[in-house]
This record gives sequence, structure tokens and C-alpha cells, in this order.
Amino acid sequence: MSTQVYTISRILNYEHGVSTKEASPKEGKCHMKLKNTDALNELQAQSLKLLESRQVIDSVGTKNAQGLVRHVMVCGGPGCHSSGSPRIAERLEEELNKRGLTEQIKVFQPGCFGFCEKGPMIEIFPDNVTYCEVSEEDVTTIVEEHFIQGNLVEHLVFMDPNTKERFATNIPFYDGQLRIALRNVGYIAPENILEYIAADGYQALAKVLFTMKPFEVIDVLKQSGLRGRGGAGFPTGTKWEFTRKSEADQRYIICNADEGDPGAFMDRSVLEGDPHSVLEAMLIAGSAIGASEGFIYVRAEYPAAIHRLKIAIAQAREYGLLGKGILGSDFCFDIELKLGAGAFVCGEETALIHSIEGARGEPSVKPPFPAQKGLWGKPTCVNNVETLANIPPIILKGAEWFSAIGTEKSKGTKVFALAGKVNNVGLVEVPMGTTLRQIIFDIGGGIKQRKTFKAAQTGGPSGGCIPTKYLDSPIDYESLTAIGSMMGSGGLIVLDEDDCMVNIAKFFQEFTMDESCGRCTACRVGTKRLYEILTKITEGKASLEDLDNLERLCHIIKDTALCGLGQSAPNPILSTLKYFREEYIAHVVDKTCPAGVCKHLLKYEITDKCVGCTLCVKKCPMHCITGTVKKRHIIDQERCLKCGACMDQCRVVGAIICH
Amino acid sequence: MCDSASPNQFAQKLDSYIDSLTHKKENLIGVLHYAQEIYGYLPDNVQWHIAQRLDIPSATVYGVVSFYSFFTMIPRGEHVVNVCTGTACFVRGAEKLKEELENQLKIKAGETTPDNLFTLETLRCVGACGLAPVMIVDGEVHGRMHEAQDINEVLAKYRPES
Repeated sequence: MSTQVYTISRILNYEHGVSTKEASPKEGKCHMKLKNTDALNELQAQSLKLLESRQVIDSVGTKNAQGLVRHVMVCGGPGCHSSGSPRIAERLEEELNKRGLTEQIKVFQPGCFGFCEKGPMIEIFPDNVTYCEVSEEDVTTIVEEHFIQGNLVEHLVFMDPNTKERFATNIPFYDGQLRIALRNVGYIAPENILEYIAADGYQALAKVLFTMKPFEVIDVLKQSGLRGRGGAGFPTGTKWEFTRKSEADQRYIICNADEGDPGAFMDRSVLEGDPHSVLEAMLIAGSAIGASEGFIYVRAEYPAAIHRLKIAIAQAREYGLLGKGILGSDFCFDIELKLGAGAFVCGEETALIHSIEGARGEPSVKPPFPAQKGLWGKPTCVNNVETLANIPPIILKGAEWFSAIGTEKSKGTKVFALAGKVNNVGLVEVPMGTTLRQIIFDIGGGIKQRKTFKAAQTGGPSGGCIPTKYLDSPIDYESLTAIGSMMGSGGLIVLDEDDCMVNIAKFFQEFTMDESCGRCTACRVGTKRLYEILTKITEGKASLEDLDNLERLCHIIKDTALCGLGQSAPNPILSTLKYFREEYIAHVVDKTCPAGVCKHLLKYEITDKCVGCTLCVKKCPMHCITGTVKKRHIIDQERCLKCGACMDQCRVVGAIICH
Repeated sequence: MCDSASPNQFAQKLDSYIDSLTHKKENLIGVLHYAQEIYGYLPDNVQWHIAQRLDIPSATVYGVVSFYSFFTMIPRGEHVVNVCTGTACFVRGAEKLKEELENQLKIKAGETTPDNLFTLETLRCVGACGLAPVMIVDGEVHGRMHEAQDINEVLAKYRPES
């Protein structure tokens, strides 16, 4: 059995297609298929040493770690990847190679660590040291100082911007977080099935296949209280039960990996960092609902996730964890990847099913629900990536363990993609019931540039804006719905005093208008009309009557649209109208934008501080600034385009003001 | 994309891909992905060809192509510049970035420069929210694009050296 360490050079090959030994049985050693649970356990026992160095209970000092086998984990999450982490990993390997240290120090590129703001990040085990904002130039210093001299590289250690305290381990960002869905993300090398097996991988599947009956599995899920993490929060166990109970010769399980919310990257991180957990959960679902085929519908915009999934599927087949007679049982199951093609509405389950069938991704009327009549007319269970990632630990640790976490009606944890005007942008997983204040101010480190918090936007284009007064309400499905927003898939965008709420509502409306599939009139025409009214408001051309019409139309669309996309499209408008009505009134009645965002409502003026340098006169594209040298200039307000070119040019502070 | 190859070679490649599929009609989207990868876009004749090979009406093919934003019926420029318009980038200045790119490239989003060098497009969220606002050129992400100067430098890398 191969226990080779997975090296970075092969991970870096990923753009050129699957070329790994694990992925292609023809090229490498042919692995034995796992014939039973004992074989799986034996393989786990053999693989444990892969993770040995990373299992730190008491961190070893950098000095004491000298001479031990060390693992350097270079974050391969979307953010760090974009800011050059693959190159850092490559440079590290080169440097280590040059000094003959490759046997002792191994470089890995796992999934997202979560703390995207300070990326690219690296973690070193067993020293348990984290370095932030590492650049290619730092690599030599790290190798020289840390690995050879045994000293901490002080300037790369995280520093709390407020207290100036430095943290080489236990960075405050991770306080209050609990990783269940993300348990392996950033911890194991995602392209090596052995690391997943070492981390209790496929044990839940073995338990389900050999010690539980399908209805017992469904019961455990029902008791655990797990609800769909895609947004609507339907109880997962109940969904499985419905699908199981539908009479049919064939049933299907689909993993919905069409993460379309702008500003959300939770599912992507799971797929890239721990693809096997999704496969294992689909296998468990397959055996519980009686399906022999599964599909993963993944966005074509996620090439790295697709690549990792392909490798994971090939490895699982090779080890006999997909295919016929899995682990020696009579259970047969296989998974096929299906690529999306850029349509937000395909996140809706009926639309997604049509897309898998090769048609336009338009939703259809429910009932019949997919659990009764889904893919090719057969009962189908559609689960979101994060939902699935929760399932193996629930099976292994039990329903009681899971239901002890969270609130009364929302159990477990939720992953949020925290972004916007917050100091610590990143991926966080917190128990349900954590307050927004804890997420934004404790984990998130507060608002950028010490500005004032204005609102938090959750649920993407289907959600709403939560104002300051609800910062302390615990987050769960019910409480978010009660305050006019929704859980959604987990995007959490922080807005500050500089954001105009009308403009934010307009942004989301533009999105839903674009993404409306056109099937029903309420959504196709309605979202367009909403967008037009909002444009009128931001241009200062609207009346109070328009505002009334806007609200009425919102309710009509909510009541009459065919699918979730249309029904929730007015949410951003309704929630901002509810909590920030005065901003709408300011746009409509006073013709001003309090946040100073809406261009048409801005007024540029030249004050008496003007020294008459004529720079602005030369730059104005409309030639609407008049004035002679050394005399105060004047802007012709009638002709001004509000482009701001004059203000950008002006060198005298306060000479041109914008209000 | 590969201008040197003759259309015939493309058609052969596409045909052998279609032949390798067990379920043909159900894989229309997969076939279109493949076709766009080799042709760079999906012109009428390619759609027509696919319809015949899959034995489905060409209207169905057109319906699917026009539905999904990933598919394009217009050829793109040599380099595709994308502005992320996800929420995180939006609140950190994606609009300004888009305007600046439109200014520098002298085209609107969705258009291609007359020299066929750049196509400017927008997309939703690439997950690099920590680097917002971001622009993506040929799949490579460039973050914190606030200044016109930075944008200009990124574009310069893709211009042929004169």
C-alpha cells in the first residue's frame, strides 16, 4: 500500500489535468480494493503516520522541533491561491531541496485556513507556528531562520492591530469557532485519500453499511436536527425519508455545488479542501435512501474544485469505495460530475435537475417535489455541499453530540464567508446561535479603518440587511427570517457608514434581474420594474408615489413568483425599506444621498479656499468650470456630470467639496 | 482559441468526443462546454452540427446556449479581463474598477477591443474576497485594484511588447 507523502510539485500540476498515481490506476501501482471494514481499519492504521506530525496537543517550541519531521502547510484556499501561495510552496520546496532538507521537512498545500485577510498563510508543525502575509521573498528567511536556526520569524507572526500583541499560535480569529463541516479543510492534503482515511474517513460509511439499517440512519439524521445549509433550512433527515418512501425502481442523490451567491465561497472551500467528505456523505445518503447513482452539480467557474473532485472520485473508485460491492457489502454506488454553465437559478433544485438533464435550467412548480419526481422522473434527494460535509461526523459521533450544539431549532454550526468592510475577511464556522456582534467584532476584528458599522447583509440576493439594533440577536434560521433576512448559503457582507442602502438594494436587484430565468412573469418583468424604480430613486427622479409602488410590487412578486429566486428577490429592498426608510426618503424628497454614493445626487462645489490654479478647468470633460488664474472658480451645476475629475485633480484640501 | 488548427480538426475532435459518450442528449451541456473549449465560442454552424450529432432540434441547442451565461456566441479577444462584481468587491469599489477598465481599454463591459487583444466582462465572486476589488485576466487574479496606475500595470503585462 502506498504511503508516499503527497508533494507540492504534483499538486501544482493540477491545471494540466489529472496525472497523479492515485488518480490513475494504470500509471502507478494498482491498489487493492478494500474488501471489508478490517481492510479499511488496517489502511487507516497504516496511514495515521501521515498526519502524525500535525497532531499537536502541546506545541513543541521551534527549537525543540529541530530534527523532527516537520510539515509545512501552505494555504491553498481561493484567497491565498490568488495572492500567490502556489509559488510560495514551490519556492519552499526549491529552498529545502537546495539544502537537502526535503526528507525532514515536507511541504503540503491543503485547503483554506479561513483567515483570508492575512493570506498567504503558512503553518508549521509540530512547532504549531503560523506565519501571515508571507511573500516569495520571505521563503529564504523562513528556511534560514526558522528551520535552520530554530528562531521565530517575528515580523511574519500575526499582530493584533489594536493591542499590538503578537500570536504565533492561537490567533484570536479562531476563538469561538467550531469546525465540523470544515474539520479537515486546511488540515489534510485534499488530493490524497489516505490522509482522509487517516482522519477517520469512510468510517461513517462502514458503520452505516454494516451496523445500521437505512431507517436507522435516517432516524439519526432526524434526531440530530441537521437542516439544509443551502439556505432554506429544510430538515435533511425528513428529506431523505420522503425520498426513501417514494416507490421507484431507481432513486438519485444530487450534491448541489452550484454556489452562486456573490460573495460566498463556503462550498468551494469544502470541495477544494475536503472533497472526500462530500463523497462519503453521498454514499451514506445513497445507502439510506436506496440510490445507486449520484451526481455532483458543480459550477464551471470552480476549476480547482472540479479538479479535486475528479481526483477524489478516481481514488475512491480505485479503493473500492465507489462502484460495485462497496467494502464487500452488496451496496453499489457511483458518482458522476456535472458542470454548471453560469446560471444562478440552477441553485434551485428543480432548475438544477433540468440542467443535469441537459436542458435550460428553468424551475418547475412544486409539488411534485424532487423527492417524489425528480431527475428523469425518479425520486431524487438534493443536498447542499455543507449539509453533506456535516453528515459523516454525525454518524460517527451520534445525533446527541450534534444536537447539543446550536439553538433549539437550529442545530450544529454554520460556515460564513465574512467579507466587506470588516478587518478580518475570511471563512468562519461558528455554532448556531452565535451573535452577529461576536462574528463581526470578535472574530472579524471590527470595521475597517475604524468606521461605523451600518448593516450586515446575509443570504445574498435572497436575504436582507440587518441593522445595528440586531447585532446581539443570536443567528439561526428562525431569528434571521424574523428580522427580514435569511440564513442563505452563508455569505455575510459587512457594510459601513459609507455604503448607501438604496444602492445596495439596487445592486442585488440588478443581480436578480440578470439571473431571472424568464419563466414566470412576476420575476421576469417584476424584477426589471423594481430595478427601474430603484434607478429613478438613486438618480433623484422618484416621487413618494414611486416609493409606494416599489413596496407594493415587492409584495406582489413575493406572492406570485414561481420559485425561490423570484419569491425572495424583493427581500433586499423590503429589509432596507424597513430599517433604512429614512435613506430612501432622503433620496426621494431631499434629493440627497446621505452616504454620498449615488452620483446623480452629489453636488460638487468650489469653496473660497480655491487658489485659482486652473487644474480643474483643464480636466473637466464638460468644460463647465469657469474662472481665471488666481481667482476662485465656479462649477456650472446644470452641466456638471458629477464625474469627480475636478476633485481628483485639486491639490488644495477643501477647495472642492462634494455633498 | 487555437487559430492554427483547421476547422476540420476541430470538428473531428468534437465528433470523437460525442462518439465517446454513452448518453448523448443528456450531455448537451457537457458537449457545449467541450465545443467552446476547442472553438473558443459557439457560432451557429457549431450549434447546428451538435444538434445533428445529438439528434435534437437546433432550437433546443440554441435555447440552452442562450440560457447559460458561460456560453458565448461571439468570439472573445486574446485576453479576457473579468471584473468581479460579487458583493464583497462591490462594496469595496468594483464599480470604479470597472469604469477605470472601460476607460483604459476604451470599450464597455461585454465588448472586445478593435485589435482583438482584450475582452472585458464581469463575473460574480471568485472567492478572493480578502483581496477585493479584484480583476481576473485569463484566470489569474489581481487583487486590491484601487488605483488607475495599478490597473494600467496589470494590463501592460498582457500587451505585446512594441
